[in-house]
Amino acid sequence: MSVGTKYVLGVYEDEDVLMDAIKEVRGSGVKIEEVYSPFPVHGIEDALGYKRSWLSVAAFMFGITGTALALTMQIGMMGVDWPMIIGGKDFVPLPAFIPVTFEMTVLLAAFGMVGTFFGISNLKPWGKPRIYDIRITDDKHVMAIDLDKNEKKEAEIKKVLEGSGASEVNNKTFE
Amino acid sequence: MHAESEVRIPLITGGKTNHDVTEDICSRVEQKPTKLWMVAMAISLALLSVGLYAVYLLLWNGVGMWGLNKTVGWAWDITNFVWWVGIGHAGTLISAILLLFRQRWRMSINRAAEAMTIFAVICAALFPILHTGRPWLAFYWMFPLPNTFGSLWVNFNSPLLWDVFAISTYFSVSLVFWYIGLIPDFASIRDRATNKVSKSIYGALSFGWVGGAKTWSHYETVALVLAGLATPLVLSVHTIVSFDFATSVIPGWHTTIFPPYFVAGAIFSGFAMVLTLLLVTRKVYKLEDYITIQHIEMMNIIIIVTGSIVGVAYITEFFIAWYSGVEAEQYAFINRATGPYWWAYASMMTCNVISPQLFWSKKIRTNLAATFVISIIVNIGMWFERFVIIVTSLHRDFLPSSWAMFYPTMVDIGVYVFSFGLFFTAFFLFAKFFPVINMAEVKSILKATGQKK
Repeated sequence: MSVGTKYVLGVYEDEDVLMDAIKEVRGSGVKIEEVYSPFPVHGIEDALGYKRSWLSVAAFMFGITGTALALTMQIGMMGVDWPMIIGGKDFVPLPAFIPVTFEMTVLLAAFGMVGTFFGISNLKPWGKPRIYDIRITDDKHVMAIDLDKNEKKEAEIKKVLEGSGASEVNNKTFE
Repeated sequence: MHAESEVRIPLITGGKTNHDVTEDICSRVEQKPTKLWMVAMAISLALLSVGLYAVYLLLWNGVGMWGLNKTVGWAWDITNFVWWVGIGHAGTLISAILLLFRQRWRMSINRAAEAMTIFAVICAALFPILHTGRPWLAFYWMFPLPNTFGSLWVNFNSPLLWDVFAISTYFSVSLVFWYIGLIPDFASIRDRATNKVSKSIYGALSFGWVGGAKTWSHYETVALVLAGLATPLVLSVHTIVSFDFATSVIPGWHTTIFPPYFVAGAIFSGFAMVLTLLLVTRKVYKLEDYITIQHIEMMNIIIIVTGSIVGVAYITEFFIAWYSGVEAEQYAFINRATGPYWWAYASMMTCNVISPQLFWSKKIRTNLAATFVISIIVNIGMWFERFVIIVTSLHRDFLPSSWAMFYPTMVDIGVYVFSFGLFFTAFFLFAKFFPVINMAEVKSILKATGQKK
């Protein structure tokens, strides 16, 4: 085995203990790689200093693309390419175009946003997950600390983790 | 952090820990199927195969196999279509609208309700697709392609075309919403899997999920925005379905209250179907700690509210028909209640307006047997509602010499049976191989609203 990336993992049982631990560990100058949880923990992104997710903006952009596409399609087909009189209405009866425009807006917003989410989160069916601890998807919260990215020594970091309420402190190496 | 008063009734009972939740839900997926499940599956498959024969007869011989005639050109097909789409609406209401309102009781029922939505929409889509007669060509007719590749396009003035867009968007967005919710739970199953096959299947299904805080943060935004998109979407779908009738000039269909009336009816029948399915699932899978009496009571309250809206709509229709002074309109409604289809009207009124009112009594709405029976009655009533609207408005044509009745054929019945077979086969497969309760969401509320040990 080559020298891989070495991680120190702090395992936490409870989300409230975890939240305090994040503050404590960050306060002591240790850089946290990521915290893994079995469920979304409220306020964790603020505690870790993450920016607010911008996916809602992506959804809006995809949404207006859908609106524009639907209107272009309907006006192009019924108003430009092959105008026909249907029930004495205008060639471009805008009120009648609203339902399809709305549906296309929702469709593109939803699919665009979810596609972006899969892309930025590296989620794909053939993805090989890096499992730090098998119990993350069950009931444990795991704080992963990359040793190479920290100046502190391993023993020191372990001490900080133990002091912050971790029930276990483990090592894990990935190639 | 979130604070919750101690006196509040816990949403999850039995003093469950996070690990208990994983254990309870995943073990259903991992165990060998029970005898009861096998029996249920066998019945569904039997319905499916009997129905498949009817579908074969229909496709081979044409739509003439249905009991439609020159006067009643729409009957069971569109009744079943509207009925199934309506049933689907409860799933989206539970997962999207209750999410926006931060109703935490949705969390142990949303997974199964969304699954129901998806299967119900598939069953619904079946009917218009079969009604095209040659479904393998339907793609050219329904989608915005030049007609048979000539120069004519589809007609964007037609509510039937709006339906194509509405139903396909609704189906695909619901599917995505459901799947996003399933990913973390698939990861739980993957990490517990002991054999190679299930490890690789659930591994692929879980998309390599590990549950990092950054991913969760994006994930929650995605769920919230999808809920925000699905809420107007679900309202638009049944609105557009009601436009199929409301934009016509047939007395009895030509009604401006159709959109809200149809949406309320959809939620009404959908909640009834959720109750029917969940009461059985809860019993078979022993989920009493997750789906508590409180959950059932909440759903029953929604049934009273929407059932009453539907009741008011029935009366309003009558009043407006009288108030409009239009004779044809008045006749359509009087004929509906007292004409040859009075029995269908009476069934609709009894099942939809009277039976849910029983839920005003706390004793009845917290009683499982009563809830189960009423939930089925409601869905029978909602089927009759669509039948009444569609057939009674059509069977008295503008020309009295064309007046007719509708008699379903065996193929009509068989295709309806097929949709039931399809629905239940899909639902039982879901209940066996997918986590029936959203584990990640339930875990996130366990500390705040779970029963303390």
